[in-house]
Amino acid sequence: MNELLELTTTRNNLHIDPTMAMWEWQIPVYLFLGGMVAGMMIISGYFLFSGRHKESNCACFSIPFISVVLLSWGMFALFLDLAHKLYVWRLYTTFQIKSPMSWGAWILILVYPALIANILMRPTPWMLKIYPKLSDWAGKINQHPFLIKNIGIANMILGMMLGAYTGVLLSSMGSRPLWNTSLLWVLFLVSGLSAAAAFVHLFAKNKAESELLAKADNGFLVIELFVIVMIFLGFLSSAKPHMEAAQLLLNGAYAPVFWVFVIGLGIVIPLIIQLLAVNHKIRHTAIAPIMVIVGGLILRFVIVSAGQYSHWFNAHFH
Amino acid sequence: MPRYGMVIDTRKCVGCQDCVIACKTENNIPEGYNRDWIITESNGKFPDIQMEIRTERCNHCSETPCVSCCPTGASHIHDVGGVVLVTHEKCIGCKACVEACPYDARFIHPDGYADKCTFCIHRVEKGQKPACVEVCPTYCMHFGDLDDPNSEVSKLLQSRKWHVNLPDAGTQPNIFYLV
Repeated sequence: MNELLELTTTRNNLHIDPTMAMWEWQIPVYLFLGGMVAGMMIISGYFLFSGRHKESNCACFSIPFISVVLLSWGMFALFLDLAHKLYVWRLYTTFQIKSPMSWGAWILILVYPALIANILMRPTPWMLKIYPKLSDWAGKINQHPFLIKNIGIANMILGMMLGAYTGVLLSSMGSRPLWNTSLLWVLFLVSGLSAAAAFVHLFAKNKAESELLAKADNGFLVIELFVIVMIFLGFLSSAKPHMEAAQLLLNGAYAPVFWVFVIGLGIVIPLIIQLLAVNHKIRHTAIAPIMVIVGGLILRFVIVSAGQYSHWFNAHFH
Repeated sequence: MPRYGMVIDTRKCVGCQDCVIACKTENNIPEGYNRDWIITESNGKFPDIQMEIRTERCNHCSETPCVSCCPTGASHIHDVGGVVLVTHEKCIGCKACVEACPYDARFIHPDGYADKCTFCIHRVEKGQKPACVEVCPTYCMHFGDLDDPNSEVSKLLQSRKWHVNLPDAGTQPNIFYLV
């Protein structure tokens, strides 16, 4: 018989005992939408920077408005998560340099103007109907290619910051071993890019762009797999709480959903489908991009939930 | 400046939960929530079993992930004694501090803000002991200034063997358990 090592507690705080489940659906939804919008900003920023906006049907004209809508949904989910909602304005009366969440709050304030500048380059007909003066502004912006390039750069940099921060928010917590890897921001950024490429691919009207996005998505998916392997290598060669955290996903309670939905249906199978499609063996369909997007969402759910479950073992006799 | 801490004698603690009840009544803790609690740790193989009973709460750490992650500055280190406190009117209830604490010592009060042990600073500043220490029937809990070499807590730490909770988590807790 093995030695017994058992902890019994009288504490029974809501959402904390027996295992931490403080952050519910709102946080993974926000992390996913934030990550995907970050990817969309990088993609549209790159299209502006590389001069693709000269094509009249460039996706870079529809991305920013969709990004504003998706990001606002994400922020609304974040707001729903707050337990002291009336005090939300307190985020903007201070800047706490050590707090990733404070960084995130201020990055979000910068992200909106960058997206709006991008929208103003080519307002849609319904926007012009509401506010006809927008066409004057669009005209002014379009007279300055240098300005357009800089709007592209601003979108790429702020997209990187937004995507990275969604990972740092979790990885800065030493208390939750599964989150505590400095590669988490890379995983979330690449996963955000891959979901964004898949999403834009779904509505891109320009054939060349659509093809480029599918190829880019394949690249992102391969990098994502590589980053996941590296994260596990790090955990499995680290201290015991980190090894146990990795095992939660590899062969523990979260293994079925991780292997089936994140790795299998979210990365490997869509990668195979898209590799066949870009090599013209099969036609492009919406199936692979939808799998990638849903896989990205489930990845956030698994990481947030399993991360909260992972813990240090508060035992003295060991 | 003092650095407040606790020294708890696990050889005297019987896990009676007087400290838990004292805290709940003194600080008006709502039903179903706890700022302090009892842990019973059992280890070994029959008949060689050892057991430790601990009364636990926020460790008022010297390295405070709960303070550094707070986006509004609500979670802060008090001017007196290095006690970790939460300003309710600044807290937005984002729960980051709850996640950041490796001891899971914080919770979200039904009124929306993050809540935890305050070392009964409202009593300590009046020269009284924290409620849990005051009420302990076995006198296993000691509260005082860890920076003062002549304080009761410092002397106990010099004369007895002790451990802290989760030393590897890097938080430098200020509650010590005598063994």
